Amino acid sequence: MLNSFARAATALLLAAAIIAGVLLALGASPIGVFAALAEGAFGSWYALTDTIVRATPLIFTGLAISVSFSGALWNIGADGQLVAGAIAAGAIGPYLGGWPRPIAILILLIAGAAGGAIWGGICGWLRARRDTNEVISTIMMNFVATQLLSWGVHGPLIEASGAYPASTPIADSARMYAFFPPTRLNLGIGIAVALAVGCYLLLFKTSVGFEVRAMGRNRRAATFFGIPIARLTIGILALSGALAGVGGAVQVSAITHRLYEKLSPGWGFEGIAVALVARLNPLGIVASALLFGALDNGSQAMQRSQGVSAVLVQVIQALVIMILLAFDTRVFAGLRSRIAPATPTMRPAAGAPSDA
Amino acid sequence: MLEAFLNSTISMATPILLAAIGELIVEESGIINIGIEGAMLSGAFFALSAAYFSGSTALGLAAGIAAGLAVNAILALLIVNLAVNQVVAGTALDIFAVGITGVFYRRLFGITGKAFIVTTIPKLSFGPLTHIPIVGPVLFRHDPLVYFAFALVPTVGFVLWRTRYGLGLRAAGERPEAADALGLDVYRLRWQALLAAGILTGLAGAYLTLVYAGTFVENISAGRGYVALAVVILGRWRPWGLAAASVLFGAAMALQFGLQALGTAIPYQLFLALPYALTLVVLAAMGGQAASPSALGEPYRRA
Repeated sequence: MLNSFARAATALLLAAAIIAGVLLALGASPIGVFAALAEGAFGSWYALTDTIVRATPLIFTGLAISVSFSGALWNIGADGQLVAGAIAAGAIGPYLGGWPRPIAILILLIAGAAGGAIWGGICGWLRARRDTNEVISTIMMNFVATQLLSWGVHGPLIEASGAYPASTPIADSARMYAFFPPTRLNLGIGIAVALAVGCYLLLFKTSVGFEVRAMGRNRRAATFFGIPIARLTIGILALSGALAGVGGAVQVSAITHRLYEKLSPGWGFEGIAVALVARLNPLGIVASALLFGALDNGSQAMQRSQGVSAVLVQVIQALVIMILLAFDTRVFAGLRSRIAPATPTMRPAAGAPSDA
Repeated sequence: MLEAFLNSTISMATPILLAAIGELIVEESGIINIGIEGAMLSGAFFALSAAYFSGSTALGLAAGIAAGLAVNAILALLIVNLAVNQVVAGTALDIFAVGITGVFYRRLFGITGKAFIVTTIPKLSFGPLTHIPIVGPVLFRHDPLVYFAFALVPTVGFVLWRTRYGLGLRAAGERPEAADALGLDVYRLRWQALLAAGILTGLAGAYLTLVYAGTFVENISAGRGYVALAVVILGRWRPWGLAAASVLFGAAMALQFGLQALGTAIPYQLFLALPYALTLVVLAAMGGQAASPSALGEPYRRA
């Protein structure tokens, strides 16, 4: 645990050093930028609470990545799954007016989970039954979700006046419990942490979790031990999608209260960085999501005061991923992607002499 | 209207085709490259920056190519030499490119408020041929890069399937161990494939800024790099298949603009989603990806 913490810390420091170099080259002050990031993330009560709010969707997508990557299923579609969950929640939300609040919120979250589970589950089914590369299918499903959302808020879900590309607001009863207004702190973080604990128990304390991790280590060997690879593949990607989908529903319930285009700024991709820093450990993901949430939050203030784009944070995310990958080649070689068919078949090379 | 649509289809297909041919070369060498979007976006930004500051389109194109090469060199280092997970490394480079181009863009142009505009590459002149109905707008109203992209299709097909070099490259993608045993340098072949793809993808990015837009907006590639991935599958790893699939995606994009301009009630989002859904259907129907290189995505470590 300490070892992985040290690795993550080293990766962050290295990333910070590279960023400092880039900033100097651009004529910005690295110290000013880092100070503004910290100030924006932790400098006030409001900043602190908003760091938690911004970390919340990252916990959900981080968990989605953790569950799928643990089984060596490369889900690049957490973003689309989150959006699918949000669409389901945003579509059902306006009709929950008559329900008691806990029930209405629960229905909204279940709708989100179902939306995400369908999005991930389709890719799981394609992988298990049609041997379709999940990397490609999850990426394609991202685009389908984006277009579906765009169509929804311009078409069937558009708000009453029809003037803005946004959906009808969800009922008051379906809005997440909020704490300490005017901050945006809400029960969403509690749900996220509870699911993190749940994922930890599932992965490390149950036989199913053992099977998932065994499959992640070596898919073919897992088959020989009688692990139901096909069922597990569908299940993992459906669960992964459901986790991201709940994240989308929480965002709708707690923050936006409606759907609009470009709902996610790329949380599904950021979740990859979050999960890798935590070395796929669900409990570690809470901490790592708070770190990236702080960066996201601080970047807004940094952009205003330092004249450096907030997307600097994405450079940091990417550098951290690359550095950790380079550090950790052994670990991730174990989780090697199996993209080619299990039994390699030579394909006839058109008109060329055999290369066997 | 129809002519404008057809003309726009070919133009929209061009950067996708360039990137897809690059991806084909890379995949035939046994690597799956998710970082196309990153190389394209970098190519787009640095091509425009160079063209803006130097006033030279040629230098712009060169800078776009250099940016694509740089991104793919990082990828090659991670994927070929360190044998890290190809999917995660590629995704990281995509995120990296969004960040780094955004930071440079705001720093260089956001503050000054100066218009970040260059003259776009002009179309070639074919005289009276331009005015032939249907054929004119499809074949004879384009910039030089369009012809370059489509000329690459048979060229790359020839090199990959009819030359000794192509045979070696594909051997690295089918059976790297066997290729190695025959004395081929798998690392070098995969590096070369990624660098070739870097050139083409950088050029694809340059196309977005130097031909379409004449300017840069953040995230201008808008997912075209991922589209190129889909095109390789839809085209079933065959150069002319790639060209056909690129034209299909190009048509979907051109149709979107057409429908939006007309203000019709037809939801253009469905047309935009269609090619992606179609890719999924084709993947599902193919089952087992019989046409993909056997060692695709497998890191190779020399014994």
